[in-house]
Amino acid sequence: MSRSSLLLRMELRSSPEMLCVVRNALGELAAKLGFSDPECRAVVLAVDEALTNIIRHAYLGDPEQSIEASFRRIHLGDGPSGDALEIVLEDSGVTANPEKMCGRALEDVRPGGLGLHFIRESMDTVEFSRSNGKNQLRLVKILHAHAPQKGS
Amino acid sequence: MKIAARHLDRITIFDVSGDIDLATSPELRKALLHELRDQKMPRVVLNLGAVRYIDSSGVASLVEGLKASRDVGSRFILFGLNKTIREVLQLSKLLRIFEIYESEEQSVAP
Repeated sequence: MSRSSLLLRMELRSSPEMLCVVRNALGELAAKLGFSDPECRAVVLAVDEALTNIIRHAYLGDPEQSIEASFRRIHLGDGPSGDALEIVLEDSGVTANPEKMCGRALEDVRPGGLGLHFIRESMDTVEFSRSNGKNQLRLVKILHAHAPQKGS
Repeated sequence: MKIAARHLDRITIFDVSGDIDLATSPELRKALLHELRDQKMPRVVLNLGAVRYIDSSGVASLVEGLKASRDVGSRFILFGLNKTIREVLQLSKLLRIFEIYESEEQSVAP
């Protein structure tokens, strides 16, 4: 990676009511970067599901905790444009259990367990780590060369 | 999200608008289960034509509605699915398990 530029940083409450705020902002951001409409919807879905997981599983539904979200344009050196959107979500909730992060078989028709599947299907990179008492989820979506808007 | 119920003979039609997400899906789930389990309506129809967004918790509510309908022998029908909702249901591989129509007329037909 040769360069990285910060596009947006947010600190938000772990309240479900904040999800639509992030979705709206991220949808606009992804469109301005030149992602296609389906790609914009995929990125928004992935981040919404990731935030939902943090609210439900890391903070156990406590709406007064903090989530940090940063959005960067990064250069990967591969793909048609070589650029990508990197999203990093950080929380100070309970440690995620890798065994519970495997989702479920889609053939099993029942409520729940779809969020992680949506994230993995929607993004090119999904990396989870924990350091200094914080969970960190890194998501990357490669920017394909549609028609990136200059100067936005 | 807003949800409004209409009744047509023994059919309940829910007109849903806005976003179905972690904040709003409990309300949808409650409404669906009330009509299916408590009121035992033989057909519950969900008009999703004005829904902008649905996440996995919304899909889970639809699955719960479907399961409740199967438990009580009712029909649970969706119509008015836009591109966004179809994509999410396709992604979940659940599109084929629901009874889906294009219009309200088809959804309430005998």
